[in-house]
Amino acid sequence: MPKHSVDICLTVNGESVAERVDARTTLVDFLRETLGLTGSHIGCEHGVCGACTVRMNGEIVRGCLTLAVQCDGASVETIEGLSDSGEVADLQRAFEERNALQCGFCTPGMVATAQDLLARGGVPSRAEIREHISGNYCRCTGYHAIVDAVEAVARQRAGAKG
Amino acid sequence: MKPAPFAYHKARTLEDAVAQLAAHKDARLLAGGQSLIATLNMRLSAPTLLVDINGIGGLDRIELTGDVLEIGALVRHTQAERSGLIATHAPLIARAMPHIAHPAIRNRGTLGGSVAFADPAAELPACLLALGGEVVASGPNGVRAIKADDFFKGLFETALAPDEILTALRLPAAKPDTRVGFAELARRHGDYAIVGLAATARAAGDKLTDVRLAYFGVGDTPLRARKAEAALMQGSIDDAVAALDLAPHDDVQATAATKKHLAGVLLRRVAKQLMEPVRA
Repeated sequence: MPKHSVDICLTVNGESVAERVDARTTLVDFLRETLGLTGSHIGCEHGVCGACTVRMNGEIVRGCLTLAVQCDGASVETIEGLSDSGEVADLQRAFEERNALQCGFCTPGMVATAQDLLARGGVPSRAEIREHISGNYCRCTGYHAIVDAVEAVARQRAGAKG
Repeated sequence: MKPAPFAYHKARTLEDAVAQLAAHKDARLLAGGQSLIATLNMRLSAPTLLVDINGIGGLDRIELTGDVLEIGALVRHTQAERSGLIATHAPLIARAMPHIAHPAIRNRGTLGGSVAFADPAAELPACLLALGGEVVASGPNGVRAIKADDFFKGLFETALAPDEILTALRLPAAKPDTRVGFAELARRHGDYAIVGLAATARAAGDKLTDVRLAYFGVGDTPLRARKAEAALMQGSIDDAVAALDLAPHDDVQATAATKKHLAGVLLRRVAKQLMEPVRA
């Protein structure tokens, strides 16, 4: 018989989590309400704004368009995990230095999305950066500073490697 | 908003999923969920049961058999974007992919889901129609194939029965004389199109034959512009634009007059693409 609540086991930021969730609970609500990981933000709740972007099994997804129950067995990484591991430290520094955030509401999703692009290696063009963050709304900066920050980090990382 | 309560069932086989649909009249299938979960969150739909088909094996394959490319219903947009088989044998799909939503959504959304949902402003239903492909569906009475021309019935309405599941798309593989064209206009990259056009044709000397122009964002379903197809086969882009027999409605994005004008703009762009051989 199909159930309204389901037991799930998953890894969140490297730690095992076992919880019973309502089938209707979205991943971002689960992260925020059940696990207290409030770095993932809830903006539009229908996939348009990108504030809830997290990583699931290595790929960025919308936390509001994924159900927690679908994450049974998955590995989920939030901005808290990306911050603690130092993976996005240079991006966070560049965002701060270049005023790529004002209110900061979009920043966790924006950083996760930018890291998804930069992790592919190389130095993407500004057009490619814009295209990759096209699903993340920022209502403060007008995007130029964000593109500047992402581009600067891409150059730094390419330089550090070479 | 948050979804209304629903029960959840993770199907392990196609038969199981079909049986759940037959037993629960208002159940919905959960594939990529990128449209469905948005409608649940906004309470535009409130099914009592979601049947998750992501655990059914074998629905995420892309296979070439003879001159037919079969794309499993659970192939995700990102997977299609990276597929060499699709780039070579379905270049129209490859060309449309970057226009579909945003990376985080392409990672989850499925090709089968997009076609089954039949959003009139979505890219893939129009591509399927332009290619003259088929939908493969499984139900209690077995498997059947439905031609794209017969599949899209109305606004978000398809030829699928309530207890049928779309399992694959079948596309004719590109031949040396195949020509394809794709263009769309959207306010933000990745958003639903204001107007879009997917097209296929075959080159015959310096003319085009078998032209199929499938517009999206201009009606309740993806629509073929048959008079413009005929005019383009006669060789005149101006005549084809003049022959565009579309009757779009005003919507939140643009007025009917704007859409009609833009449909002509897109036809000129796509006609130019059709004149050139496909480069992989």
